[in-house]
Amino acid sequence: MDKLPLHIVRRPELDRVFGLLRDNAYTLIGPTRRDGVIQYSEIRSLADLPIGYSDRQAPGSYELVKSETPRCFGFVHGADSWKRFLFPPKRRVFGASRQAGPKTPFDIDDLRSPPPAYAFVGVRACEIAAIGILDKVIGSELLDPFYRQARDKMFVLAVNCIEPGGTCFCVSMNTGPRVTRSFDLCLTELGEEFGVEVGSERGAALFKQLTSRPATAAEKELFRLLLERASERMGRHLETEGLPELLRKSIESPRWQTIASRCLACGNCTMVCPTCFCYNVVDSTDLKCRKAERWRYWDSCFTLEFSYLGATSVRYEISSRYRQWMTHKLAWWHDQFGTSGCVGCGRCITWCPVGIDITAEAAGFRETAPPRAVPLTPQQQAMPS
Amino acid sequence: MNIPGPLSQKPRLAVYKFSSCDGCQLQILELEDELLELAGEIEIAYFLEARRQALPGPYDIGLVEGSISTPAEERLIRQARKDCKVLVSIGACATAGGIQALRNWADIDAYKKRIYPRPEWIATLDVASPIAGYVYIDFELRGCPVNKRQLVEVLSALLAQRRPHLPTYSLCIECKRAGIPCVMVARKTPCLGPITQAGCGALCPKFNRGCYGCFGPAETPNIAALGRFFQEERNVSRPAMVRMLRSFNGYLEPFKTSSDDYEQCIQP
Amino acid sequence: MIAVQDRASVVCHDSRPMVPVTATIVDIQEESSNTRTYMLQIDDPAMRSAYRFEPGQFNMVYVFGVGEAAISISSDPAHNEYLAHTIRHVGSVTRAIARMKVGDKLGLRGPFGHGWPISRCSGRDILMVAGGIGLAPIRPLIYAILANRGQFGRVVLMYGGRSPSDLLYQKELAAWRDDGQMDLLVSVDYSIAQWDGPVGVVTDLIKRLRIRPDRTSVMVCGPRMMNRHVTWQLLRLRVAPDQLFISLERNMRCGVGRCGHCQYGPKFVCKDGPVFSYESIREVFGKEEI
Repeated sequence: MDKLPLHIVRRPELDRVFGLLRDNAYTLIGPTRRDGVIQYSEIRSLADLPIGYSDRQAPGSYELVKSETPRCFGFVHGADSWKRFLFPPKRRVFGASRQAGPKTPFDIDDLRSPPPAYAFVGVRACEIAAIGILDKVIGSELLDPFYRQARDKMFVLAVNCIEPGGTCFCVSMNTGPRVTRSFDLCLTELGEEFGVEVGSERGAALFKQLTSRPATAAEKELFRLLLERASERMGRHLETEGLPELLRKSIESPRWQTIASRCLACGNCTMVCPTCFCYNVVDSTDLKCRKAERWRYWDSCFTLEFSYLGATSVRYEISSRYRQWMTHKLAWWHDQFGTSGCVGCGRCITWCPVGIDITAEAAGFRETAPPRAVPLTPQQQAMPS
Repeated sequence: MNIPGPLSQKPRLAVYKFSSCDGCQLQILELEDELLELAGEIEIAYFLEARRQALPGPYDIGLVEGSISTPAEERLIRQARKDCKVLVSIGACATAGGIQALRNWADIDAYKKRIYPRPEWIATLDVASPIAGYVYIDFELRGCPVNKRQLVEVLSALLAQRRPHLPTYSLCIECKRAGIPCVMVARKTPCLGPITQAGCGALCPKFNRGCYGCFGPAETPNIAALGRFFQEERNVSRPAMVRMLRSFNGYLEPFKTSSDDYEQCIQP
Repeated sequence: MIAVQDRASVVCHDSRPMVPVTATIVDIQEESSNTRTYMLQIDDPAMRSAYRFEPGQFNMVYVFGVGEAAISISSDPAHNEYLAHTIRHVGSVTRAIARMKVGDKLGLRGPFGHGWPISRCSGRDILMVAGGIGLAPIRPLIYAILANRGQFGRVVLMYGGRSPSDLLYQKELAAWRDDGQMDLLVSVDYSIAQWDGPVGVVTDLIKRLRIRPDRTSVMVCGPRMMNRHVTWQLLRLRVAPDQLFISLERNMRCGVGRCGHCQYGPKFVCKDGPVFSYESIREVFGKEEI
């Protein structure tokens, strides 16, 4: 990917990109400043971007501040990810209707509005990695036609991170900060201009219509240095070497109770995570009992209903629920989908209301040696060896 | 909670009011889109807020607003339980005692003397209590006031003989689904959302305010963890913790015990 | 392995695995005070004849507006005209089913999951251990084994119920006992006067049995504690961990490993299971609140 030629376009050209995308019937979604945070919502022009703002992220803390340099993408991200558009938080699965009582047949419709063609503006390397993970989890047309269609249509206008946030650790997860795959065009802010890389034929077709020039040797070096510096300035670090095995050995560690004494089981981490994919379905009827519907909602492994079985929940203790989330994300995900479930975006750290830090908690398990392999049950102990 | 048995062909509805502000009954009247359809499916037999004519029981469904604060109310709720196949308490007064339950921590006789010229004429119970403190309740709708969607859901569910979908998880889940940035993180605003039951549609965070907890405690609220964070990181004082917990649902466990603990300087 | 390899082969609805098809209740058998067996017929004739399932697989049974419950298919896999579902009326969906009558309509999605790996057990002794309603997913296995009885060595069914009146499929139990094709050991937790069989937990029955551990495949389905104790007991008797199969129950919403609810350690019970070899789940088996 280092071989990709770097082009330079002037900032106003971005407005032309937006215009061309709109001409091609794309719905533009990009970073905007709303309620004091960066939120992805519909944009039309350069002016809609939060120019001159940057974010300060720390565990349980997020702040947008005016920065000295009026950069277009001088922040990392807000609470929301592109998941909201590809896998919406609430969606109708099917409806059923009948003329009268239970003996009468009912018809089931699964009328589904097709997703718009989204052009996502300002997608970061970690977010591209997150979409790559969602592809593995829910990418099949059978499991989620909406996702598949939205995914196939989407245009990715990526942005390289040159200023990582205080809770970022994409370098640890090997997902960033540089965008290297699954994009159409990728921007890097080089002063008042953008470095542009072309990542697809769709991107090339659009790029052809822009006024550009090849990057000079100095600009290429600046590009390299900015990304190198970004890699070195990660706010967090997660040691991934042997991490799945460490967590598997720690299933019965008392540390989970320690975390649970701070964890609110509120589910914020799962909601803001760009890869958390669990959902629940809710069935309903109208007052006449003639029409029924099923809706799908984002769900969280932190709720009691999530593991409801018989008369109680399998994971009643908050410690079990946190263990499920973290062990799934960092260990079992590998078995299920051949990758970690974490991309190092740091949202779960920033948006935990009490600032629980997954990187610190994971490191904690290294400090305390995991308890002896697994305590044997009395029956197993009774087993002659 | 059991799903109650079959209702009548055209089920009869009674709406009772005890010590309350009538706000939850108004939510029923504000069901503008569904009210006519509702009137087609059920007979509104007893609903003094809406209709002067009061038809005698028995009824299929009773919606109960308000807390039990007087001996007369106690008699009436016991009769209501006998008259209704299904009894649903609606709103924080009915499910938790409501704001008036704050008097349970005060001297009621001192209150009476201060306000009424002839306090001996005032008959009150020692405490204002939730309905479930007196009779068995089939379902509860939390909130001050109740949420209209939840009202429709519980009535639709009863008509269809299914269990209503009333989530018990934290408000945060509803809030994040709605795409509202966390006010605790982005504004450093103390918010009871993480320990409060969902159902209101994250009304306060939507307007950049912290949740007041009017839907009462969520399924397994970690009050101790949130309280420690408020005190250590957000400069919330112990008395302020007591006030935050003792509002609409202060008399409902575990808010009640935790507020007592903070008052007595015990870390819950 | 007989099990369905790919979710794309779900027969009911190749293109819409999340949307039920309608089916009619054609017969209801009383099993006990809170359990009935429902014979369902898929309404669409083409779907009905295309429907195939393996013993141990399950359907998501949908009640109009109420919701879905994962119910294992308990009829003979050689016949797809009618699909039996033995249902204990304990949850909101299953209680709604309890109110339904012959002729009423339900929705159906499935079959889902991986069933009992009988093709891997050819030539071996088979020990089936069922507790309570856990006999339901084992019944199709019994039909399949009896249809190819010559392929297996000794076949034993151990079945434990709460009381004699809680035992499922009583007529068939009697028929299986009488025709001598397999050994049948039935015990109850609580006895009544007419009961002349053993009283106690099903694990006690294992103590009475001399199995040949090196050539026995075990199929277990029952309540969680029964599964646990039976598994540990059989491991102690040296049954191979990869020949001990357990059917698990879990909260399920989708049936295809999508919704995430049924996760059991690294496994999705709905698509990787519900039948697992002990070997494949030993990492988390028996752990609290997993």
